[in-house]
Amino acid sequence: MFASITMLAAAAGEAAHEASKAGLPQLNPDTFVPQLFWLALTFLTLLFVMSKVALPRVGEVIGERSDRIKRDVDAAGRLKADTDKALADYEKALADARANASGIAKQTREKLSSETDAEKARAEKNISAKLAEAETRIAATKTKALTAVNDIAAETARAVVAKLVGHDVSLDDVKKVLQPVAGE
Amino acid sequence: MAAEGAEHAGGSHSPMAQFEIKKIFDLHLGNYDVSFTNASLLMVIALAVISGFMIYAMRGRSLVPTRIQSIAEMLYEFIANMVRENLGKDGMTYFPWVFSIFIFILVLNLLGMIPGSFTVTSHIIVTFALAGMVWLTATLIGFAKHGVGYLKLFVPHGVPLLLMPVIVPIELISYFIRPISHSVRLFANMMAGHTMLKVFAGFAVMLPVWGKIAPVGFMVAFTGLEVVVAILQAFIFTVLTCIYLNDAVNMHH
Repeated sequence: MFASITMLAAAAGEAAHEASKAGLPQLNPDTFVPQLFWLALTFLTLLFVMSKVALPRVGEVIGERSDRIKRDVDAAGRLKADTDKALADYEKALADARANASGIAKQTREKLSSETDAEKARAEKNISAKLAEAETRIAATKTKALTAVNDIAAETARAVVAKLVGHDVSLDDVKKVLQPVAGE
Repeated sequence: MAAEGAEHAGGSHSPMAQFEIKKIFDLHLGNYDVSFTNASLLMVIALAVISGFMIYAMRGRSLVPTRIQSIAEMLYEFIANMVRENLGKDGMTYFPWVFSIFIFILVLNLLGMIPGSFTVTSHIIVTFALAGMVWLTATLIGFAKHGVGYLKLFVPHGVPLLLMPVIVPIELISYFIRPISHSVRLFANMMAGHTMLKVFAGFAVMLPVWGKIAPVGFMVAFTGLEVVVAILQAFIFTVLTCIYLNDAVNMHH
């Protein structure tokens, strides 16, 4: 173990010595010009290829994709708006129909009730007319009955007078005598 | 990375051998040496991998992305969101540039994790060039947008006048030090991690069989950490780029 450590140390020392002897290859000025020349050449070529060919293609595809997504989202938004509008229309139509239906129902109800009222009025009028007629008929019958009663009374009175007095009196005289009574 | 790196370095066990620039073929442009090196190769591979991936991933351009397409889109959205959050909607002008910086550093860092390959971002000259480009671009945009008013960046709001002689130099220094801190952060992280791995790989080679377990176990864990660092440093570099750019574009303090 110890041997290996000394060996490592020796190797490291040797490496460091060699490096300092040779100098850093990076600091050799002879290599600068060819490196700079090839760096400029390759970097400018790369810049040209990237900016004119490669990157526009990538940008194009990415742009196209985001456009497509935006378009699709827009279309979806538009369709949603259409759907919402259709739904609103439908609901409005439904509300209208409902309002219409209740209007018709109300109208019908009013018409029916006015008809009923008219019918009732007519029936009442009819009844009152019939009532009036009946009343006049009753009155007439009553008068007639009363007249008949007077006649019977007169007849009875004449018969009574004839029985009592023994002579006939005319009916008209009897009636005359009875008149005020009847008139009372 | 360790064993192959050592072979390439011609038997050298130096942990720094992996950072050596090796010519693949000579190339001259006027008086300048612009040789194709292992660093150039990795940069070209990164360019090919990124371009190939982005174009292959998006070949279907489908509305419902395939798995590979959604990775490309995720990278795009990740950086696009970062730019939008830092720079606002108008900042998308700079998006391709920021995206290129991010993906380039990310792929170079990750390619560097492949054993035997080379980490371009472990060279200060490369990270400094990238950071310098960011700093210069931000500064130029700042002056182009706000004219001389861009200098107000160094005079923070609500600071008492008495403190101005102290604050303004501090602001100036911190502004001019930005490309250095920006580049050294990436370079040092990449170099330190790779050096550490190499040192432990050296231990693993030298130790007797029974002793190898500790450095190898450490290397396995540390390689995982290095992958995280590779991604994180690319992210940090890009976030700082956005922040510096935001100072220039919007001048919010």
